Amino acid sequence: MREVTFGQYYPVSSFVHKMDARIKILLTIAYIVAVFLVKEFYFLGYAIATLFLLLACIFARVPIIKILKSIKAILFFVIFSSVLQIFFNESGNTILEWEFIKITDIGLYKAGFITLRIVLIVMGTSLLTLTTTPVELADGIESLLSPLKLIKFPAHEFALIMSIALRYIPTLMDETDRIIKAQKARGADFESGNIFKRAKALIPILIPLLIGSFRRADELADAMEARCYTGAKGRTKYKKQRITYRDILGLLAVALVLFGICATNGWVNPNWLIVLPI
Amino acid sequence: MRIVAKGLKYSYDPKAKFKSDALKGVDLVIEEGDFLGIIGRTGSGKSTFIQHLNGLLPVQKDGGTLLVGDYDLSFVNKKAKKSFKDLRKKVGMVFQYPEYQLFAETVFSDVAFGLKNFSPNLSEEEVEDRVRTAINAVGLNYFEVKDKSPFDLSGGQKRRVAIAGVIVNKPEVLVLDEPVAGLDPKGKDEFMSLLHYLKKEFVKTIVIVSHDMDLVCENCNKVAVFADGKVVKHGVPKDVFSSAIEMQNLGLELPLTVYLTALLQERGINIDSDLTVDGFINAVISAKNGGGL
Repeated sequence: MREVTFGQYYPVSSFVHKMDARIKILLTIAYIVAVFLVKEFYFLGYAIATLFLLLACIFARVPIIKILKSIKAILFFVIFSSVLQIFFNESGNTILEWEFIKITDIGLYKAGFITLRIVLIVMGTSLLTLTTTPVELADGIESLLSPLKLIKFPAHEFALIMSIALRYIPTLMDETDRIIKAQKARGADFESGNIFKRAKALIPILIPLLIGSFRRADELADAMEARCYTGAKGRTKYKKQRITYRDILGLLAVALVLFGICATNGWVNPNWLIVLPI
Repeated sequence: MRIVAKGLKYSYDPKAKFKSDALKGVDLVIEEGDFLGIIGRTGSGKSTFIQHLNGLLPVQKDGGTLLVGDYDLSFVNKKAKKSFKDLRKKVGMVFQYPEYQLFAETVFSDVAFGLKNFSPNLSEEEVEDRVRTAINAVGLNYFEVKDKSPFDLSGGQKRRVAIAGVIVNKPEVLVLDEPVAGLDPKGKDEFMSLLHYLKKEFVKTIVIVSHDMDLVCENCNKVAVFADGKVVKHGVPKDVFSSAIEMQNLGLELPLTVYLTALLQERGINIDSDLTVDGFINAVISAKNGGGL
């Protein structure tokens, strides 16, 4: 559990770290869109996205290994989806046929294509969480959602819930660890038995954990009220977010990626480019 | 059960580049029948050490040796893991704030949880008998509380239920981490008399971790001082607390009786007692009667 990269900020000072969280979120969304836009089997588009990721990594001064580690969490999902593609694809030229299993070239292509898509998206988003603290992230989301306040969407509360949830992940992990030890000391066995037995063995962990969470929530609410928290109204920010030249450069880079992918998809008419220099 | 630790080492992250060991070679012998108090500053390795006693933390490779009764917990191989369940039955462990581990619908089933895990072959009557004995032993009325939800009880009662859930297995050694944390002075006293009662009737050895020097000095027959992952002092309270300066260097406060003995000594009155409150008062009275005051 402790290996999940989500929310694991990598504390260095870099070009990407100093960018505005709002812009980084928008750019990440744009990047995801770009990856999805890549037409089936136009692997050149993925090459552009990979190149962009590598560059972003260098500018963020985050070791590539950190980003690669984020794939570990979704490894099962990736393998599962590619296995589905390989074994249940009927179209294309058959490469291998044995009993009821039939592997085709299209199936292999699809598996590779989808795997690359998932991996690129996860690596891109983990770059966001590696370079942005959870607080900045919550602030950024609040700011991005604030136009929705017009239709009574509680943007501030939404961001608050998110940052509290992030804040309590390590606390809950410690608590879980403690409860597991306490129940083990009372002879609880989480490692043997069939799946139903194991699921049942989780009850002595989950119930104290749930009760503990309610207790913490009560305490937190009291502490917030004691400090006169009344919600978003009239609340100012400790850290004002500002758009700088870094954000403009970031926008340009992602725009270039989008353009590049559209070009490899064949959606860009070469005649438009000729008009530009004039 | 005699517990012997020799050169016990433990690191929470053995692969880390700059590894900092929680235990750096603990040498400690706990005799059967001891009421041992473990003291030391936060981060001195007390909790890490006691979690070794029932195998919750396994002894690491090259981590020294640990004998708990007949069980050799030293790093051998994966096979050794199997005996942990048997060991945990004999070494009962009560964690800090044990009331937060309660989960069952009734007090009865919560107390019976450990018993059913450790002794699955007991008959219904035997289970009820053992649970009743345990609940009564911790000073609660069995018929009053057995069908209640543990979450409806007061904090002190919850803690007693949690302890009943451990002693119901008839452990030989009872280990408690900060058992009086969060209790008021009266609750502390009641709790300590409960421990003395349990030691007389149910368990042979008790080990407590505490920050309360007065409590340790008053109740324990042996004291072990942990500092920086090692045992720096071990013995009867009188010897351990003999050097006030040393205790202060270790960042520990002095028990009241030790402090008073030192103050009296400054004024030329030598009091020799076992440092319990009763022992101290008796020594003062006899000094007065003997003309010392």
